[in-house]
Amino acid sequence: MKTIRLQPAAAALLAVLGFTVFGGCTNAGLVRVHPWERATLADYTMRPDRDLLATAIADHIYTSRESATGGRGVGGSGCGCN
Amino acid sequence: MSSPDLSLLPAAARQPAADPRARRRRAAAWLGAFALACACPAVAPAAVALGAPFPKLAPSDLTGGALPATSGKVVLVDFWASWCAPCKASFPAYAKLFADYAARGLVIVAVSVDENTAAYAAFVQRFRPPFAALHDRQQLLVRAVNVPAMPTCYLVGRDGRVRFVHAGFHGTDTERELRREIDALLAERR
Repeated sequence: MKTIRLQPAAAALLAVLGFTVFGGCTNAGLVRVHPWERATLADYTMRPDRDLLATAIADHIYTSRESATGGRGVGGSGCGCN
Repeated sequence: MSSPDLSLLPAAARQPAADPRARRRRAAAWLGAFALACACPAVAPAAVALGAPFPKLAPSDLTGGALPATSGKVVLVDFWASWCAPCKASFPAYAKLFADYAARGLVIVAVSVDENTAAYAAFVQRFRPPFAALHDRQQLLVRAVNVPAMPTCYLVGRDGRVRFVHAGFHGTDTERELRREIDALLAERR
């Protein structure tokens, strides 16, 4: 098997690149929204069900696409088995 | 080009790769360093724990009214916001507690963490609490306390130490527990 030997500078560059790309995935890279900073998140406009008509339309599309009558609102999955 | 400073890396990662086993060790060291970075918790101030002194209530940080005298008294400090639904539910309960216990020495300080001053003012105007409802406009106190949830109330004993913490407000259950705890704290001598 042919091995690739990296120069130290290239290895360091690769490491920095890796940390830059994946650093956001680390715990330290996460931005934590504290409980007292959630005014915007608690706003009414952030609710997914704030528009009844849009919710009904989305449900219709969902149940039509999935061929599952009842969709989210009825017990069972539309297969008729329960 | 100068070579990079690798002094912070594990010893195995700094070794030159002489043979395949060394290379594998070095790769493992790099992976270990990355895993350590992933596991490293984000820097956050420590929350005020039970038994710890509650941070000093500074009148300069809390606007919207006069800060009541708290020295030597049992103090209920509640952190709330106008956008927080359980906070709205808690205010009538705190009003009842204040009516029942203020004469016996309970002080209630409700601290708003609203970023929007108008929202804070509208909330106070609507509920008209009989206790002090002040505004931590710069969120200095709430950051110092590092509350775990909204709302959170701290029962502070006569010695200024946190004796009970209630994260969230769960209606009559929370009110019942608060009454029991306030009774116990008021019965204590300084």
